[in-house]
Amino acid sequence: MDNLFILLLLPVLGAIVLAFVNQVKSARQFALAVSLVSLGLTIPFLLNFVPDASIQFEQQFAWIPALGIHFHIGIDGISLPLVLLTNGLIPLIILSAFSYDYKGGFYALILFMQAGLLLVFTALDAFAFYVGWEIALIPIYFICALWGGENRIRVNLKFFVYTFLGSLLMLIAIIYLHLQVPSGDYELTSFYQLTLDSGTQRWVFWAFFLAFAIKMPIFPFHTWQPDTYTEAPTAGTMLLAGIMLKMGVYGVIRWLIPIAPLGFAAYGQLALILCVIGVVYASIIAFKQQDVKRLVAYSSIAHVGLIGAGVFAWNVQGLQGAMIQMINHGISVVGLFFVLDIVARRLGTREMQAMGGIAKTAPVLAIVFLVIVMGAVGLPLTNGFVGEFLLLMGVYHYGIWYAVFGGLTLILGAVYMLRMYQKVMLGDSNAQTSNFLDINRTEWLVLTVIVVLVIGIGIYPKPLLHISEAAVTELVEKVNLINN
Amino acid sequence: MSAIITLSLLAILVLYLGLFKARRALLPVSLLGLVSTLVLYGIQWDGQAVPLYSGMVLFDHYAVAFSVLCVLITALVLLLSKNYFDAGSTHVAEYYALILFSLTGALLVVSFHNLAMLFIGIEIMSVALYILAGIRKKDFASNEAALKYFLMGAFSTGFLLFGIALLYGASGSFDLAAIKDYVVSNPHTVSPLLYGGILLLIVGLAFKVGAAPFHFWTPDVYDGAPILITTFMSTVVKTAAFAGFLRLFYSCFVPLQDFWIPVLLIMAVVTLFIGNITALIQQSFKRMLAYSSISHAGYMLFAIIAAGPSSAEAVLVYVGAYSLASVVAFGVLILVKRTTGSDHFEAFNGLAKKNPYLSLALAIAMLSLAGIPLTAGFIGKFMMFSSVLADYHVLLVVLAVVNAAIGIFYYFRVIVAMYFKPLDRDQIVVNGYYKTVLTVAILVTLLLGVYPAWITGLI
Repeated sequence: MDNLFILLLLPVLGAIVLAFVNQVKSARQFALAVSLVSLGLTIPFLLNFVPDASIQFEQQFAWIPALGIHFHIGIDGISLPLVLLTNGLIPLIILSAFSYDYKGGFYALILFMQAGLLLVFTALDAFAFYVGWEIALIPIYFICALWGGENRIRVNLKFFVYTFLGSLLMLIAIIYLHLQVPSGDYELTSFYQLTLDSGTQRWVFWAFFLAFAIKMPIFPFHTWQPDTYTEAPTAGTMLLAGIMLKMGVYGVIRWLIPIAPLGFAAYGQLALILCVIGVVYASIIAFKQQDVKRLVAYSSIAHVGLIGAGVFAWNVQGLQGAMIQMINHGISVVGLFFVLDIVARRLGTREMQAMGGIAKTAPVLAIVFLVIVMGAVGLPLTNGFVGEFLLLMGVYHYGIWYAVFGGLTLILGAVYMLRMYQKVMLGDSNAQTSNFLDINRTEWLVLTVIVVLVIGIGIYPKPLLHISEAAVTELVEKVNLINN
Repeated sequence: MSAIITLSLLAILVLYLGLFKARRALLPVSLLGLVSTLVLYGIQWDGQAVPLYSGMVLFDHYAVAFSVLCVLITALVLLLSKNYFDAGSTHVAEYYALILFSLTGALLVVSFHNLAMLFIGIEIMSVALYILAGIRKKDFASNEAALKYFLMGAFSTGFLLFGIALLYGASGSFDLAAIKDYVVSNPHTVSPLLYGGILLLIVGLAFKVGAAPFHFWTPDVYDGAPILITTFMSTVVKTAAFAGFLRLFYSCFVPLQDFWIPVLLIMAVVTLFIGNITALIQQSFKRMLAYSSISHAGYMLFAIIAAGPSSAEAVLVYVGAYSLASVVAFGVLILVKRTTGSDHFEAFNGLAKKNPYLSLALAIAMLSLAGIPLTAGFIGKFMMFSSVLADYHVLLVVLAVVNAAIGIFYYFRVIVAMYFKPLDRDQIVVNGYYKTVLTVAILVTLLLGVYPAWITGLI
């Protein structure tokens, strides 16, 4: 049952079938069924996983043997949480789209993207990684550009070209590294064993870094993000913020730093500073937003900035924090965008001024939203706290001032998030919000799952941390050994 | 050789069919002939091939692989021509015969082993095309295209011939093996005539493949000629010209790399930028494809710059991918132009609603041209980049990557028009031939993109 290839293939097959389904209702049911089956298929991996630093469930097929390319996939402690995140969030995202009349094509694109994401998180061959990286981009482009808002065409073209350029630079680096490998393959382990001189590693670092920094995004490569998030349909925003930006973080941990440790030694500090600048900058801008979706988009830049800072601090606490915070951010941001979508759909606007007093007519929604907001700002006993605590501790070990500025995210985050909560939910109700309907059954289901996860991980994060601990520790030591 | 003889006889037979007004038989006979050519090539698949007819032609794996590609693409083009020329003209047989003659020339170009044969092949290929470009006698643009193509083509042939003459002057032979021996045995004392010859050959061949700064004829000719002729020119002819170009430079001039590689490097970069940036500002889909074909010529020059053992495969995959995508793009353009009368991007607005299959095919073709993974175009670009990076031309690849990103803007324009710009329009009726061609081209594109192992390692 723990066949990784089948796990990757299932969404593709589902997508192909769904492309021909034109009925709204059967498309929904079939998409949900496929996503639940792939979630179910993930469970054996979780059960059979041995929490050490080894790579497990490995599979390897010859792909283009003449060029040394293999379809090599496997799971270790760093990829498993992200595979879980992907397969766990996709059913929620599909459920959350039930309020709209999407046909099969929409769900087909989501599942197709899921396959790309899973390939990115499990690839052990650089070519396969690159292919997954690009496959994830095409469907999200179509999702955002077909079902998005008014400016969708211009905004998404910018997004596409921006990320495409970044990934092509990465492709150059990948081919270059491949040409240095004595065995002539694209294996991750062969790349790890290369001992390139410092000058080469520096440009390799930049080629990878740009691709990942654009995807995450790290300041100043974030300019595509707020527009794209705002214009995308909610399911698209959830995919982008909940899962896709983790591709960038994962890439940094798995590919960038271990492959170019000397490049990292030269520019790691610069990258960390950029991340911290992103935290402060995005938080301040988030505070000025009137559009709730845009506000959460900026908050996402701030959160991912802190995750990035934790990664570039490159110690066990920082990386562990990044691992768990990637999960937490995925859960929280999907919850936030979903609640805001419910509100915006019923009121017909995303402006904060037009809201207020919703808590009176929709108490269930108000409570659920409060829990999710608390998770997002990192209140103790919610999921956000564990991650942000570890991240800040990691950054603190790197340098106290970075932690001080990075820590502003906690304060500033609380300010703009609570301000948003207050303006949306509390206060006096107006003509529209006084007739606000509370959540229906589908919405209740999605939000309950999210709330349970927010509180559950907040109280008992140990199993999740345990999965990645050994792998992260070994990776940190490996790189530090080279750099010292 | 029997394949080329069969093809020549086939073209004459088709002319006779025209004489006896057997219009219905034209397409089946032509296709049958192409299939038998393919079979004959299949029998010839031989790793130990030796030059035939006093060293005139050599049917090695390289030649056979490119020949098969040319024949297959021609078959697709012929399938698209059902009902295309009947409407305006009664001389359909000439059209089929000329395409077949041109193909014969192309096959000689990919399998030459003697410079005289290269020249004859290019001439057979081109002369037929001069007529084909102007085959719409009453269409002003078609006439203009033919005249321009003829003048420019004749001019470039002059360069080519002069280059061959200088090469002969230096080495005393037209034979590739002899020239190679001459270059290898005197790497430092080659006659200056040879350098002049190489430069003139580059000029002549760059004209034929449409590489900057010798590309000026391309947009007008591609735009003016009937769409199907443009398809043939930008696929089969380009394939043959590049295969010939690479064969000549890879087999003879590798020891003199330091001399000609800088020239080609500059040409490749200029070609990429001119093609891409001019394609950006086009309003007509057809003209955009013309400029994009210039930029693809730039990418294909990479393989000649790399001039390594992997170059041949890289070119094969790249031109294969490019040709398949072009056939789809031009095929859909014919259908759209027939119903809307326009070849502008706006003519594609809202196509996805009424013709989802047509739109999907065109979208995949565009993704392939843009080089997105899981399409053949990506594998082509990947192999090109790999082959040049092996020679450490990192800056060249970075510039190429910038161009690939620019390419997204114009390739996605038609996708945006089809999918994101709603417009009420009539459904386009697609006949069986078009459906077959589009399906085959798209399936092969995806197959090459997902599992290219069956074609790499072929040559």
